[in-house]
Amino acid sequence: MKSEQSTGFLKFILRELKPKGKIITPFNIISALTILVAAVILVFRFKDGLGSVIHGSQDAPWGLWINFNVITGVAFAGGGFVVTFMVYILGLEKYRPIVRATVLYALLSYMFYAGALLLDLGRPWKVINPIIGNSFGISSVLFLVAWHFLLYMGSLFAEFFPTIAEWANLKRLRKVFASMTLAAVIFGIALSTLHQSGLGALFLMAKPKIHPLWYSEFIPILFFISSIFAGLSLVIIMETINQKVFWRNMSFMHKSSHRNIVLGLARVSAVSMFVYFFMTILVFLHGKNLAYLNTSWGYWYMMEILGFVLLPCMMFLYGYRQRQLTAVRIAAIMSVVGIILNRMNVSTIAYQWYAHSIHFPTWMEIVVSVAVIFVQILVFRWIIRRMPVYRESPSWVTGEEQKKSFKQKEERRKKWMVSAG
Amino acid sequence: MAINRRGFLKTLGVAGISLTVGKSFGAAREEKNAVEFNGILYDSTLCSGCQSCEYACSDKYELPYPTDAPVPGVVRTTSDKQRVAVNAYNTSKGPQHIRKACNHCNEPACASACLTKAMLKTDEGPVIWREEKCMGCRSCMISCPFDIPKFEFDSPNPKIQKCRMCYEELMKGDVPACVEVCPQEALTFGKRKDLIELARTRIYAEPEKYNHNIYGEHEVGGTGLLYLASVPFEELGLRKDLGTTSYPEYNKTFLYSVPAVLILWPAFLLGLHNSFKERRSNILKGKEDGHEE
Ligand code: SF4
Ligand code: SF4
Repeated sequence: MKSEQSTGFLKFILRELKPKGKIITPFNIISALTILVAAVILVFRFKDGLGSVIHGSQDAPWGLWINFNVITGVAFAGGGFVVTFMVYILGLEKYRPIVRATVLYALLSYMFYAGALLLDLGRPWKVINPIIGNSFGISSVLFLVAWHFLLYMGSLFAEFFPTIAEWANLKRLRKVFASMTLAAVIFGIALSTLHQSGLGALFLMAKPKIHPLWYSEFIPILFFISSIFAGLSLVIIMETINQKVFWRNMSFMHKSSHRNIVLGLARVSAVSMFVYFFMTILVFLHGKNLAYLNTSWGYWYMMEILGFVLLPCMMFLYGYRQRQLTAVRIAAIMSVVGIILNRMNVSTIAYQWYAHSIHFPTWMEIVVSVAVIFVQILVFRWIIRRMPVYRESPSWVTGEEQKKSFKQKEERRKKWMVSAG
Repeated sequence: MAINRRGFLKTLGVAGISLTVGKSFGAAREEKNAVEFNGILYDSTLCSGCQSCEYACSDKYELPYPTDAPVPGVVRTTSDKQRVAVNAYNTSKGPQHIRKACNHCNEPACASACLTKAMLKTDEGPVIWREEKCMGCRSCMISCPFDIPKFEFDSPNPKIQKCRMCYEELMKGDVPACVEVCPQEALTFGKRKDLIELARTRIYAEPEKYNHNIYGEHEVGGTGLLYLASVPFEELGLRKDLGTTSYPEYNKTFLYSVPAVLILWPAFLLGLHNSFKERRSNILKGKEDGHEE
């Protein structure tokens, strides 16, 4: 009996593993090629050392894999904690249709960017050291970030598991995990707050090396606030693309609320961007950085802050007011560019700004960076096409929930009757 | 906001978990008892730039011999193949030499950045790197204000290269290889406190000759390496803009706020959730897949 069940499950998995949709598409070809080349590059990376593929310099020890995939990429995964906050904590049901996709995106981001981190570690076989506890560097910011990554992956997984269970028809497990959602969300938000700001805190001790326009003791706070609109902007872009690509996998409710959701997100982004902008100005004044403004670094800084924070902020607001999706989408793209600029400035461009050489990544570094993102997109697509992420949950779930909500209604009615005498 | 008893207990539970997690982070920040660190006094006015220390270090740690000599105008740095580098500068008082290596900070940035404690400030003073712990993340390099730790980018089994003040020799009662070899006796090994006295004595004895500051006495919270020079330190390429705050201090606000966030945030979120619950259940249209009600 048991074995029959498991062979049935195996068959199910095997069937699901087969690709759905057209195989030969430009996207598939490009991504497959990139991933292939990246795999070859990685062989060399492990055979001959990091320096054989990345532009590893003693002055700028972190390359693209950390500074772009991890430090920048994780900011974009911020949507995960913001959207769950809005839906589960504030009870804004309007955003319910995008919860699963955002959580999935965040989960995959953490999985693959933590992967990128492993590739970049010089001695990845020692990665277990700070985890099993034989050498806890507790005063280290990176230690905190690593642990929070790990725990947060756990809570994202717990948040997403009901979707997997619905797909694989695991009724009992679904129930167990669904009952943990709120705890996972709350824990996840706390962890996100800490590791989003922690990524900024990694640079706190690099004080003498980062240009004063980008360094301040408030980096952690700025990183945290900017991760809010970074995440939301990415959700807006993702929703826009997914509307087209996964049209067939989307529930009717989702399709019809798309516009409202995007506009709502635009408003939240605009507000958080404004707060960020305001804080940046305060930090700027606090640091007495006026003298730097009229230098080429100053222009570069102003471009980032005015062109890619203030401007998209206004555009979000405009788009929200005028109910203009195009404006919102352009604003989202601009704010994504702004976040990339900011994170790369802090970690790479304005890092060791007094050094004369420009630190530029090798092509191999770039290929691997992009390949990591491609893998993430492919897995994302694979899951969306199969699991009820955008789709309605299977009937056994909705049935159960209808029962539950009926019971609730009934209870409320009774309460009301009692209070009414 | 009306919190019912169950909600309250739940809040308490979350706060409790966070408290225990938070505590372990907080406890780690407790300072070690101040011990008397060892250090090295380097009197650059005595240094002739002969590179004996470089050769001795290469010998001891099986690194290649240096291939170039110090010349003014070229800045040599320590590298993954060289733990100490001597440079020459044309200063206002003529040509001078200066040695660059790990300063063995009293409160090292590198060690506090390290998540595996591979970088360790020993009770004796040397800051040492331990191969069996290190995972090669290179945050020590990001954090060190003097850019000392170097990473072997070209090795599949890379190490961090950095002076360890010959820790093992010290434990045997010997002095570091470079101190032992220096023909000019520009290097003196001893207790940091005594070295500061010695440095002061030299300044008092020949006030004309010396710059009256000791580099490393206060820089970045004090370092185990102490420098004497005849000219302002900037002329010798030493950074004077690093401040006197110990670098781990810059992390403190963040690290201290971690337990607070872990305790207060979940409790606050749960409260928020509960207060929105009524509103939630009104809008609810049977799409709840959260917790049991
Ligand atoms: S000089 Fe740098 S490597 Fe040496 S102890 Fe200080 S922080 Fe660490
Ligand atoms: S590279 Fe090694 S020594 Fe340096 S911080 Fe990372 S684990 Fe510690």
